[in-house]
Amino acid sequence: MNAPGVGAARYIGQRVPRKEDPRLLTGRGQFVDDIVLPGMLHVAFARSPIARGKILSIDTAAARALPGVHAIYTNADLAKIKVEMLSFFLTPGNVSITPLADGHVAYVGDPVALVIADDRYIAEDAAALVDIQYAEEDPVVTISDAMTGAPVHADTDSNIAAMMGVEEPDEELEARLQAAHCLVTHKVTHQRISQSPMETRGVIATREGAEELTLYITCQSPHMIARYVSLALGLPDTSIRVIAKDVGGSFGLKNTPWLEEMSVIVAALLFGRPLKWIEDRVENLTSANQAREQEMILRTAFDANGRLVASHGDYSVNNGAYPQGADCNIAVHMFMWAAYKLPEYAFLSRGWYSNTVGMAAYRGPWAMESLIRETTLDIAARRLGIDTIELRRRNLVTLADQPTATTFGIPLEDITPAECLDKLLETLDVAAFRVEQAEARKQGRYLGLGVAAYVEPTGSAGSISVMTGELAQLRIEPTGKVTATMSTHSQGHGTQTTMAQIIAEKLGVAYEDVTVFEGDSSRGGFSPGAAGSRQGVIAGGATIKASELLAEKVKILAGHLFNAPVENITIENGMVHIAGAEEMTRSLRAIAEIAYGEPTRLPPGFEAGLEAQYRYTPPPMTFTSAAHACIVEVDTDTGFVKIKRWISCEDCGTIINPAVVEGQIAGGLAQGIGTVLLEEMSFDARGNPTAVTYKDYLLPAISDIPDFEYLHACTPSQSVGGIRGVGEGGAIIGPPTLVNAIADALAPFGEIGCDLPLTPVKILSLIEGRDLAAVVAPPPPPVVVVEAPAPPPPPPVTQAAAVIDGSWKMVLSTPMGPQEMTGNFVTSGGQLSGELLSPEGSMGFAGTVDGNRLLFDLKVEKPMKITLKYDITIEGDKLTGKVKMGFFGNAKLTGQRI
Amino acid sequence: MSKHEIEVTINGRRFAGAVESRVTLSDFLRGEAGYTGVHVGCEHGVCGACTVIVNGKAVRSCLMLAVQVQGAEVTTVEGLAAPDGTLHPAQQALRDEHGLQCGFCTPGVLMTMAAMTAGEQKPDEEALLAALSGHICRCTGYQGIRRAARKLAAGEGA
Repeated sequence: MNAPGVGAARYIGQRVPRKEDPRLLTGRGQFVDDIVLPGMLHVAFARSPIARGKILSIDTAAARALPGVHAIYTNADLAKIKVEMLSFFLTPGNVSITPLADGHVAYVGDPVALVIADDRYIAEDAAALVDIQYAEEDPVVTISDAMTGAPVHADTDSNIAAMMGVEEPDEELEARLQAAHCLVTHKVTHQRISQSPMETRGVIATREGAEELTLYITCQSPHMIARYVSLALGLPDTSIRVIAKDVGGSFGLKNTPWLEEMSVIVAALLFGRPLKWIEDRVENLTSANQAREQEMILRTAFDANGRLVASHGDYSVNNGAYPQGADCNIAVHMFMWAAYKLPEYAFLSRGWYSNTVGMAAYRGPWAMESLIRETTLDIAARRLGIDTIELRRRNLVTLADQPTATTFGIPLEDITPAECLDKLLETLDVAAFRVEQAEARKQGRYLGLGVAAYVEPTGSAGSISVMTGELAQLRIEPTGKVTATMSTHSQGHGTQTTMAQIIAEKLGVAYEDVTVFEGDSSRGGFSPGAAGSRQGVIAGGATIKASELLAEKVKILAGHLFNAPVENITIENGMVHIAGAEEMTRSLRAIAEIAYGEPTRLPPGFEAGLEAQYRYTPPPMTFTSAAHACIVEVDTDTGFVKIKRWISCEDCGTIINPAVVEGQIAGGLAQGIGTVLLEEMSFDARGNPTAVTYKDYLLPAISDIPDFEYLHACTPSQSVGGIRGVGEGGAIIGPPTLVNAIADALAPFGEIGCDLPLTPVKILSLIEGRDLAAVVAPPPPPVVVVEAPAPPPPPPVTQAAAVIDGSWKMVLSTPMGPQEMTGNFVTSGGQLSGELLSPEGSMGFAGTVDGNRLLFDLKVEKPMKITLKYDITIEGDKLTGKVKMGFFGNAKLTGQRI
Repeated sequence: MSKHEIEVTINGRRFAGAVESRVTLSDFLRGEAGYTGVHVGCEHGVCGACTVIVNGKAVRSCLMLAVQVQGAEVTTVEGLAAPDGTLHPAQQALRDEHGLQCGFCTPGVLMTMAAMTAGEQKPDEEALLAALSGHICRCTGYQGIRRAARKLAAGEGA
């Protein structure tokens, strides 16, 4: 026998069939709504139809009178049990949050009353009969509303939910930005996204006596739910068991229980019978927390060679009313330039409360960094006349540059985005594409190539209390079969499969003989489950270590039984071999039967049984790298985008199962494609959600998603097993890759920008050079029609015409730095007309003249949608004045005659 | 609420009972008949997770009422595999091609595939993919579902 110590059969790296599939393919999965408990009743919620207001009265009489209704609870009822709503990090919020509305409502869908009834149909009937009177107030809906509007919460003095970074400009950084050869100011508007797991939220809560509480809940980690509920309810003496065998997707939504789940749990404690609440899709699209609504301006300076000089990011994210943790998303900035050689970066990051449903995580919560950085790089490349790939090559951190550290001090030892890009380009013939693109353009067809690169922190552990290591508990049962009890949790991740592959290989048993149990907080030890692309890295490492401990135990016992040195013993395919003594070969079952049942045959001090456990805590952060490319064709008649090719080259280290890795990448990419082209959770001015079904909230279908090609780089990480996380990457790298391809296709028409989603209307607006959304939009209400100032009394004509008419060179001091422009003014009587020319383009305007004073308004889209109110005074050849820039306040304007 | 007596064959087995007129077929199949493989994803006919076969046609069980299947033959995902456990070609193809992750949309995908390939039907890839465009999968990015559909279109695994 010349095989290694254990595991001659290779399972790691193989596309083995998934352990989860036999039950899921035959309708025998166990999702929360599949559970029925004796005596179980059903819950529905009466919800707020307005975004903001005081609750004047709640009349439940009619609802209570309905046959089949058992109880109706309001906040006054639930308040008998104290609940502290905690963030994902298990910290209390900085505003008061109650499971049911406490005297006021803060978003459309805010739960106000909870109905308990015989079935869901009756519960919904009764919920509709709960008569709630409100005094409606004006809501704060958008980020810009939040900046200027009245505080959403009574206990805060502004709508800033969280803030980091510096508000005042850093003069040295500003000077470097302004002095650089090329300064790109790029704004990304990211729409709100519904995570949209196909299984909505749901919970069954059953109190079992005074000291036990069992929850069936769709979640990302039963252990995390148990820990959260214990802390939120302050129930240290209560044994909380959380079971979630199968979960129909989550993508960040189901990290912790939120208002509805906690309401049901408290109601079950009060009512004393098992209660089930299964969210319907309209509830999910309106009342389940959402993600991503963000605005960011990234200013990035390049030298003449295209090398990065400095950068500044101004980021805002809509937290809604009750976020699952108030947040300004510092990770956006931490990883903004982590993969690039950038000397200096500064930022301002703010989270804003609004009267919308709260913010939760969504796959790659910090993904804005890759989106805005990679689209900035392409804009810069076009402006500098440097190839987009070449620009990245000049700036990416390569293996040769490492070890090094990011501007945030994060150590980089083995990131490979540059190497992934090189590998990608072995498959993608860019030169041939450029020829094809040029030929196509001659025929009026617009092809585009987008490339993007990134790094992603995965498998984080040790720096945040809930982001822990993983425990693997392994047993070789007396039957010789292997069971593992894990705290991994699959919402499609296939951890029962990948962990079994590791165990089979490392222990030396058949994959078919390994069973992994998970999905129950009474098994295994604490872990946050599926969060932050961590399970492969951390549970993988734990499983390897536990397998090694268990194999060692088998060898010690076998060595004792057969009087052979431990180093001569191997385990292969469930058989224990002794080198040079094949006749001594025994099955694991034979060894296990002795280990469990014949204590007198065990070595001195040997713990009976064949069991081992290991809690693995990996390095604080394990980076995954990737470069992606996609080719699109934009139909300039319809504005539709056809994705013709997509190549992924990722480096997730050691691959446990390529089919699982590719499944994660593909799923993330499909979500990224939905983000760029289709999905949009929107609200009207009163805060009413305008996408409440899947007919309005457009998810990508099979016809929207191309075949993906995969390249795997496989640089082992420093964690045990060399694994890197891969759960979120597709959703992070997908959007910039696709936006860059669309922008490349449309470059002949100008810059498409990045106001997501890039709908056909937005694409056609660029192609046709006019705002088609404005063309099709209904006429605005009368109050906003009046935009030009009223004509003033006619001034002395002779004076104005002589001084004002002509061209002026002007500098506007904006919060984003000085902006140069040229103004051409023409006066006629008291009327002013003209245009402003800037690097962004030219805009015409009309206004008034009063002596030497000029007044005019400009509505601009860039860097954001605001009305600029110009107030200029002219004296001789000099010009001074101010520009009121909406919520940014006044900016100074200076200039001189050309 | 009015109750109606219905008799229906589900997965080859007779079911008789009283149902309220407003109960959807999906709720009836899950709650009354116990076929929890029928998954309710949107309840407005877009996601396709609840698809079952009624008298040979794939239908969205959330858009039908239970009383409408009086006298009908209904097949759910539980009725796809052979009695000896041999997977239906659509099930086998999805398994071989890693066409599922969380498995929530899977029963609906399978029922559309099964309905379109039943009997002597030989749908081409385009027809199968067109039908599958009525199913939302949030996990897989459709890669394995499309590979499975191509296999079925090519007559493999049948």
